Amino acid sequence: MSLLINIDASLSCWLLYTAVSWAWGIRLTLIKMNERKTINLEQGRDFMQKGITKLKNILEGLPEPQFSSEEYMMLYTTIYNMCTQKPPHDYSQQLYDKYRESFQEYITSTVLPSLREKHDEFMLRELVKRWSNHKVMVRWLSRFFYYLDRYFITHRSLPPLNEVGLACFRDLVYTEVNGKVRDAVISLIDQEREGEQIDRALLKNVLDIFVEIGMGQMECYENDFELSMLKDTAAYYSRKASNWILEVSCPDYMLKKVQNELLSVYATQLLEKEHSGCYALLRDDKVVDLSRMYRLFSKIPQGLEPISSMFKQHVTAEGTTLVKQADDAASNKKAEKRDVAGLQEQALKEAFEIFCNKGVAGSSSAELLATFCDNILKKGGSEKLSDEAIEDTLEKVVKLLAYISDKDLFAEFYRKKLARRLLFDESANDEHERSILTKLKQQCGGQFTSKMEGMVTDLALAKENQSHFEEYLSNNSNVSPGIDLTVTVLTTGFWPSYKSFDLNLPAEMVKCVEVFREFYQTKTKHRKLTWIYSLGTCNINGKFEPKTVELIVTTYQASTLLLFNLSDRLSYQEIMSQLNLSDDDVIRLLHSLSCARYKILIKEPNTKTISPTDTFEFNSKFTDKMRRIKIPLPPVDEKKKVIEDVDKDRRYAIDASIVRIMKSRKVLGYQQLVMECVEQLGRMFRPDVKAIKKRIEDLITRDYLERDKDNPNVFRYLA
Amino acid sequence: MRRGSSKKGSANSTTSTNSSAMDLFRSASGKAATKELERIDQLFYSYSNESSGIIDPEGIECLCSDLEVEHTDVRILMVAWKMHAEKQGYFTLEEWRKGLKALHADTIVKLKKALPELENEVRRPSNYVDFYSYAFRYCLTEEKQKSIDIESICELLELVLGSQFPQQVDLFIQYLKTQTDYKVINMDQWMGFYRFCNEISFPDFNNYDEDLAWPLILDNFVDWVKSKQS
Repeated sequence: MSLLINIDASLSCWLLYTAVSWAWGIRLTLIKMNERKTINLEQGRDFMQKGITKLKNILEGLPEPQFSSEEYMMLYTTIYNMCTQKPPHDYSQQLYDKYRESFQEYITSTVLPSLREKHDEFMLRELVKRWSNHKVMVRWLSRFFYYLDRYFITHRSLPPLNEVGLACFRDLVYTEVNGKVRDAVISLIDQEREGEQIDRALLKNVLDIFVEIGMGQMECYENDFELSMLKDTAAYYSRKASNWILEVSCPDYMLKKVQNELLSVYATQLLEKEHSGCYALLRDDKVVDLSRMYRLFSKIPQGLEPISSMFKQHVTAEGTTLVKQADDAASNKKAEKRDVAGLQEQALKEAFEIFCNKGVAGSSSAELLATFCDNILKKGGSEKLSDEAIEDTLEKVVKLLAYISDKDLFAEFYRKKLARRLLFDESANDEHERSILTKLKQQCGGQFTSKMEGMVTDLALAKENQSHFEEYLSNNSNVSPGIDLTVTVLTTGFWPSYKSFDLNLPAEMVKCVEVFREFYQTKTKHRKLTWIYSLGTCNINGKFEPKTVELIVTTYQASTLLLFNLSDRLSYQEIMSQLNLSDDDVIRLLHSLSCARYKILIKEPNTKTISPTDTFEFNSKFTDKMRRIKIPLPPVDEKKKVIEDVDKDRRYAIDASIVRIMKSRKVLGYQQLVMECVEQLGRMFRPDVKAIKKRIEDLITRDYLERDKDNPNVFRYLA
Repeated sequence: MRRGSSKKGSANSTTSTNSSAMDLFRSASGKAATKELERIDQLFYSYSNESSGIIDPEGIECLCSDLEVEHTDVRILMVAWKMHAEKQGYFTLEEWRKGLKALHADTIVKLKKALPELENEVRRPSNYVDFYSYAFRYCLTEEKQKSIDIESICELLELVLGSQFPQQVDLFIQYLKTQTDYKVINMDQWMGFYRFCNEISFPDFNNYDEDLAWPLILDNFVDWVKSKQS
């Protein structure tokens, strides 16, 4: 087998690592079986140098083929051998030094010169690129030299490879350029304050460097950047303030206008300020300030969207970096490092949680996260990303879930979207589906994912069931549905609840239902089948004048179209009464067939919306260059229903929790009760204190509890 | 106006013919007592319904007009309380006896005279809580009914607390009529409001702490008032 390994800075190398270590297992056995020849230092160094040079070439963009897995393994093995040879041939120390030297050499010969010759914004761009490359280089070289990390550095209590690599950049590059960088950044910000467009992404990347260089401590950011930033900001705003004061002394109507302008026009400036100052706020646990800022911006129409998405990205990046840093710090076994990272993580965690749980543009973060997963997991979603990238993203998503308080809401949205993916065959990759479920299970427990797993299993069983059905049909040629029929039988408990409407099926389909029903009776008599027509798909042939086109539609759409087999022209009312569906459904259906991309039906009048007075005619002239097209039916917005369902479940959960607590404690004060309730339920959602209060009162009315006669803040359990 | 009704038999008196003074006294007082009972009963029957044998809403209306109080007057409610009357709009013989005996009233005139004293008695803090909760229960007319609709609650509040805490009651009634969260009020909320009036400073609500176990409707009420004030 040969794996082609791609160097891509955005790729996490975890999968790479596993692949290599698995391959390494084979290698190891081979080595043990053969006799090892001692590698001497010169040879070893030269060999490694070849690999390092190849890496540098790739980073510089020179024409250099990617590393093959054999090359990779050879490099790794060389290091391994050289470290495990018997003295005096154990070269761990030398290799450790070599590792550091590789960076130093590269930086001094290539990186620094390229930075020195550029200025201002170009210099910033170069810096960002170089830093990014450097990180890749660190990652790769650390992999080659990995064996040192395992034993040598712990034995000698040395900094690990990762840290050494990053420190090189800090000591050589950062110390030299940070002054220039800071000035360039401040000048960029000033430009924007004056109303020019600047590259915000660049700014963000540069500021990230400041933070990352700190490697878990904010000193670099604070001392080198923030101080001057804040000074400059203060100076800028005091100038601006004096201007504003002048304007404010104008008559009233001008005042209002200015105020409006101040907020909305200068929102960008303020945003900028907050953008740079946000680290300070986050670090100092200035939750109150952050929420004040949030409130301020919520007053501007749409002022909140940019800031919250910016924050979200920012804090997400920060959070995951920190999580990783905390991981690294912990594994370093350096007590101080860990504490600092831990404290900072805590402060950031709390602020992070707050932002995670603020909604963006009307959607809760739980819903957004579920939608995000859906986009990744469905077909056409992320086909450009490699498997590893997808895995990595899913990993991040699950980690993020820990910060979301409405986990149950996420679960419900996820379940709904999963159902759609599974039933409409929109899932891109079964492996990924299972993988994220495993991750969710690990993080949130089996109960969280049991239904979803049930859904995935159901589909597998359904396939089996279908093959039995097909067998049955071939054995009983007298019962034929007349059409190719595939039925998916779902277990009710696992799937979201679906309303089943009494759709009037076309005659052809009625037969199908009958045939399947008979078959199912032969399998089991103890189950009840409820048909959910809203989830079915049909392939029908539209015999249009130009040519026949196969249409992939939902059962509802098919039923609508088949009506036109009997009559060329139908009114809205006729269609509705024939189908026996609600107005909402009929409007959606007809819209998808007459006002969307593919106009299978011609609507009169030819407006963009459906009204109950329209008439429809079969569009015999319809054609498309494809021979088979899918006509989508946009799903109903499930958001409201999901939230309703989750709210209902929460009420039950709160009730149960209160009763459980009171049953065991018998007598408990109100605040204590609330606290315990919140704790008990915390795994799935953060119960609103008012909601708990309401449930307590309901339970009092239902005679589960009563208030203590002497102290109205204390409750008693009524057996 | 009294309803015409036939006199039912008066209670038989059993007098002892013992000649001792004590006995005389006892018999005299016993006689008096019996006489009182008799009159109480007679009064009862003058208002009660012939077929059911209890005083029904019509009878109560007559009683009220004889007493020269509105039948919506709180004093009637107080009388009911004194009687421990169970069912709104009805007085049984037992209840009637209990109430009037306690009030030392065996005629309409005496009953009327007893009303101010009764009012004082009820308004005593130790009794008032009891009266207040009684008022609520008295309005639970259906079997298993646990709460009262907003409309009736507003009336009851006005009746029972209107004189004591007029401003709070007015505001609260206003709130109840505008809010949509609650369609009924239960006993816990009802009692909570009384406690609220007694404990919380008005109109600033400075000492109100919504982190305590005040009924949620009061939390919402305070929020509503505060937002109105700002």
